[in-house]
Amino acid sequence: MTDTPLLKVSGVSKFYGSRIGCKDVSFELWPGEVLAIVGESGSGKTTLLNCLSTRLMPTTGSVEYRMRDGNFRDLYHMSEAERRFLMRTDWGFVHQNPADGLRMTVSAGANVGERLMAVGDRHYGNIRATANDWLTRVEIGTDRIDDQPRAFSGGMRQRLQIARNLVTSPRLVFMDEPTGGLDVSVQARLLDLVRGLVNDLGLSAIVVTHDLAVARLLSHRMMVMKDGHVIEHGLTDRVLDDPREPYTQLLVSSILQV
Amino acid sequence: MTDLATYNFAYLDEQTKRMIRRAILKAIAIPGYQVPFASREMPMPYGWGTGGVQVTASIIGPEDVLKVIDQGADDTTNAVSIRAFFQKVANVAVTTHTKDATIIQTRHRIPEQKLTEGQVLVYQVPIPEPLRFLEPRETETRKMHALEEYGLMHVKLYEDIAHNGRISKTYAYPVKVAGRYVMDPSPTPKFDNPKMHMSEALQLFGAGREKRIYAVPPYTEVVSLDFEDYPFEIQKFEQPCALCGAQGVYLDEVVLDDKGGRMFVCSDTDHCEDRREHGHAGELLAQNKEAAE
Ligand SMILES: [Zn+2]
Repeated sequence: MTDTPLLKVSGVSKFYGSRIGCKDVSFELWPGEVLAIVGESGSGKTTLLNCLSTRLMPTTGSVEYRMRDGNFRDLYHMSEAERRFLMRTDWGFVHQNPADGLRMTVSAGANVGERLMAVGDRHYGNIRATANDWLTRVEIGTDRIDDQPRAFSGGMRQRLQIARNLVTSPRLVFMDEPTGGLDVSVQARLLDLVRGLVNDLGLSAIVVTHDLAVARLLSHRMMVMKDGHVIEHGLTDRVLDDPREPYTQLLVSSILQV
Repeated sequence: MTDLATYNFAYLDEQTKRMIRRAILKAIAIPGYQVPFASREMPMPYGWGTGGVQVTASIIGPEDVLKVIDQGADDTTNAVSIRAFFQKVANVAVTTHTKDATIIQTRHRIPEQKLTEGQVLVYQVPIPEPLRFLEPRETETRKMHALEEYGLMHVKLYEDIAHNGRISKTYAYPVKVAGRYVMDPSPTPKFDNPKMHMSEALQLFGAGREKRIYAVPPYTEVVSLDFEDYPFEIQKFEQPCALCGAQGVYLDEVVLDDKGGRMFVCSDTDHCEDRREHGHAGELLAQNKEAAE
């Protein structure tokens, strides 16, 4: 890790009229660090994720991102063209439902290759070779490269979505309940895979989950949210082994095998 | 007939023509960009070239000479009825000769004879949006054009190669205009794409049902999309035209009998006739001549 954060979040709030989506969230994310945002449904974790990833404009606050040139840019003051470029090159976004992040009617190879083509790669053979490489890395047989994700199982679709996001070597990946809709056995395999990739690639990631096991396995640090507020924030092991807030204690104790 | 006679010159009222001309001027100023316009009801159903007809009606003057082609031919039902329409409502001269025409309205082809300065080629376009195949949302495709996000076009070509071993798309092959906007030449064969590049003639595209006009001004770069290792290629024909012996032109297959007999002839009927008048003869014509003698 370097001594400069990748992301600086200050005072981010999102209100829907008088209702609080999330309130006054501040933190820094470091290169290679995985942060879990944990909470029950309605806690504001998804609203916060959408604000951080600029899919939603917050009511107040700022998020600064360190670009590849080393300069910080305020995400909410970038042009839409710059933001969209960032999102398909230096960032990834893994949706809970793979269908939201994949093109279901084009082949697996084209799903992985799309970002490469979007940034100007014009050599079919190279694009295909890279797609094959990424399918292998996410444990999808290269004989499936021309199949559409419609023919894939839920776990395969989710792994394809991850490959599609990582092909441009992003530095920051947002994940929204990445194991959400999957069977328990499939979840474990996917978590192993994600943990391996994050380590190998030195990725920074922000993972939203309601599942403390996911936070335990993937994240270095975690924030616990309730009613739009961050109520506890610390190293993952510390928060899970020695929760300070009564609400966190309740969450932890409700899970037997963390 | 008497009904039509009460209409303004070239059918449309002057205010509508001004509106369409403004859209055309904007289209010329931003090559390849789809300009929305308030498409009018025309005395023919959508799918019969109402977009092209409105463009032609807005630019045609009494001195113009009009040619109308459909599948390269001047004598198909659609071409004949559009030509008759303009004779009726604008009383303009018409021709089948490419070189004599000042305005050529077309549905599928660009004439074989090179177009020259001062000529206008008006295309009838059914679907103007090249991105629609993979992105049906209009708000999103507009944004993609605005931000020059054209990765999807290559996704489409990638799929073609992955499934067919080559880019099998033969019609409506996407092009990039003046290094900026990706455009659908609409139902023309890709054989004609190179003719659009640096054309001396002005090219106007009208989509009536979709309410869009776009343009390629004279001497504008028009590049067909492709991959470095799968470069753009036009269709090649094994034999010359059976009637006029022309090579390097677009040919249609014609079935001669129910025993599998067939021949390949120019799709551009005017070009074929012109060559024959100038003494060129293809294999079939030569055989017939021999038989007659
Ligand atoms: Zn011929």
